[in-house]
Amino acid sequence: MSTPLCPPSIDSVEDLRQLQRLMGVAMYRPLVNDDEELAPEWTDGRPMAEMVGEFIRPNDRLTSEERLAIYSRSYWFRILDCLYDDFPGLRSVLGAKKFHAFARAYLASCPSSSWTLRNLGNRILPFIDQHPEWTAPRTAIARDIAHFEWAQVLAFDEARNEPLHGDDLLGSNPDELRLGLQPYLVFLEVNYAVDDYFMAVRNRDSGMRAEASNTLDHAPVRAAVRRLALPKKQKLWLAVHRCDTDVYFKRITREAFLLFTALQRGQTVSAALEIALQQADPGEDWAKLVKEWFENAATLGWFCARREP
Amino acid sequence: MPANKFNNFTDYGIGVGLRVPHYAHILDKKPVVDWFEIISENFMVDGGRPLKVLDQILEQYRVVQHGVSMYFGNADPLNKEHLKKLKRLVKRTNTPWLSDHLCWGSVDGSYSHDLLPMPYTMAVAKHTAEKVRQAQDFLEVPICVENVSSYAEFHQSKMTEWEFLSEVVERADCGMLLDVNNIYVSSQNHEFDPFEYVRNVPHHRIGQIHVAGHTRYPTHLLDTHDHPVPDPVWDLYAETIKLGGHTATLLEWDDRIPSFDEVHAEALKANRFLHEHAPVSA
Repeated sequence: MSTPLCPPSIDSVEDLRQLQRLMGVAMYRPLVNDDEELAPEWTDGRPMAEMVGEFIRPNDRLTSEERLAIYSRSYWFRILDCLYDDFPGLRSVLGAKKFHAFARAYLASCPSSSWTLRNLGNRILPFIDQHPEWTAPRTAIARDIAHFEWAQVLAFDEARNEPLHGDDLLGSNPDELRLGLQPYLVFLEVNYAVDDYFMAVRNRDSGMRAEASNTLDHAPVRAAVRRLALPKKQKLWLAVHRCDTDVYFKRITREAFLLFTALQRGQTVSAALEIALQQADPGEDWAKLVKEWFENAATLGWFCARREP
Repeated sequence: MPANKFNNFTDYGIGVGLRVPHYAHILDKKPVVDWFEIISENFMVDGGRPLKVLDQILEQYRVVQHGVSMYFGNADPLNKEHLKKLKRLVKRTNTPWLSDHLCWGSVDGSYSHDLLPMPYTMAVAKHTAEKVRQAQDFLEVPICVENVSSYAEFHQSKMTEWEFLSEVVERADCGMLLDVNNIYVSSQNHEFDPFEYVRNVPHHRIGQIHVAGHTRYPTHLLDTHDHPVPDPVWDLYAETIKLGGHTATLLEWDDRIPSFDEVHAEALKANRFLHEHAPVSA
């Protein structure tokens, strides 16, 4: 898309849109010189000062681009701060400097598309997959920890439907019964022990993010992170969930993972069990284990009425 | 004197912003506070801790909603999904009025999460007022529009900020949340008289007032909400309530947040001004 020209006057909604696009382009350009200054050039190489000077009025203390830089810095500091809060484990895996470069690249490629900062990390997994250069040589670990941390964002405030109780299921035919699972529940299959690693780096309050109307005048400041041993390679199946208002995660077996994810996809209980136990060790007492899974899940309130998409 | 129709005929005094670091203190100590202002977006979620905390607060206190992402000044239309979530929250809190900013914040689906300044022209005022009207019709609660702090002005502007604000609120038939700190910050950044601003807006539409602190840099002031309210802002507050009467007032403190008692004590300073400059008639 070619850069819009600045309308000389704002006499219509289209003029307004054009001006807002122009200011957006300038503001969303990554900052330079340790995140303190506006990029010197527009996206097409024209001088930034010339472009911004078309719409921002200077005063006797600040040039047009210096005035715009106040907004650009606030934008970048705010969204970087949000990623710092939501992905402390990823930051620890990559190291502070590399995480900062990764976060800038991610946000430049995937600017916020939601009114809430809560959704800022929702494209981080595809980004890691498409741009492994930002996480190499730790891309596999980075992907697993990012997946785990994004699951916690979802588990924190996704909806909780009325849970089903044992009595609700009495007399149901497992060949026809399709159970819903709570929207806050996320199941993951990972190749590294990210749960142990996360516990080691966890240092944040799980409060809500700081939506407010103030202007940020400083970049995210974090204490130096003591370097930890990277998570060990280990195939794991995890359930990230919420109990009361706190986010928890627990390891589950491969078979339980297959069962619950099949139920999530809308399979009947019978079909889900078949998928789960297809390659199961015949030496195990699966009837007893399956009963335990269902009992534990019901106690945690994981089952709810299924809502067809 | 009761408050005006733009805050739903209620009579609210001094409020405090509900912020995460104070949750435990408030729920445990249950301090006497006239009302809490919540940032709507923090509670426009489907479940979890935010809503549980809110419900606990609502059992004890009156709550007023303040938003940061309706973006009345966007060229783009209002976000219907956002409005639906906001309406659900309005029903939950029973807020007597709600506020959001006279600003823009996103274009073509990319969000700045900031309160960006508007070009002050008649066409923009009409467009903005129409969006405020649409939101007010949908939400079925009075809306107060808040002036923002700004650090940039557009060559294309043809009105003063107070002329623009007045035009929008008159056309939309809505209230104003007059942020006197924002007026002061902008007056220093753009070299206008802040008293001329407050004297020239429709006073009968002032439904709420914000006071806050800011940070002074050599070249500009920044609206950081991380300091006590400075004297020039209190002076402007005194003038505003002299003109607009006894008005619901809130202290904003969003960064480097001190103890709840310290924030509350700073907020209660406004009481002295209210008694002196806008006494409630018997």
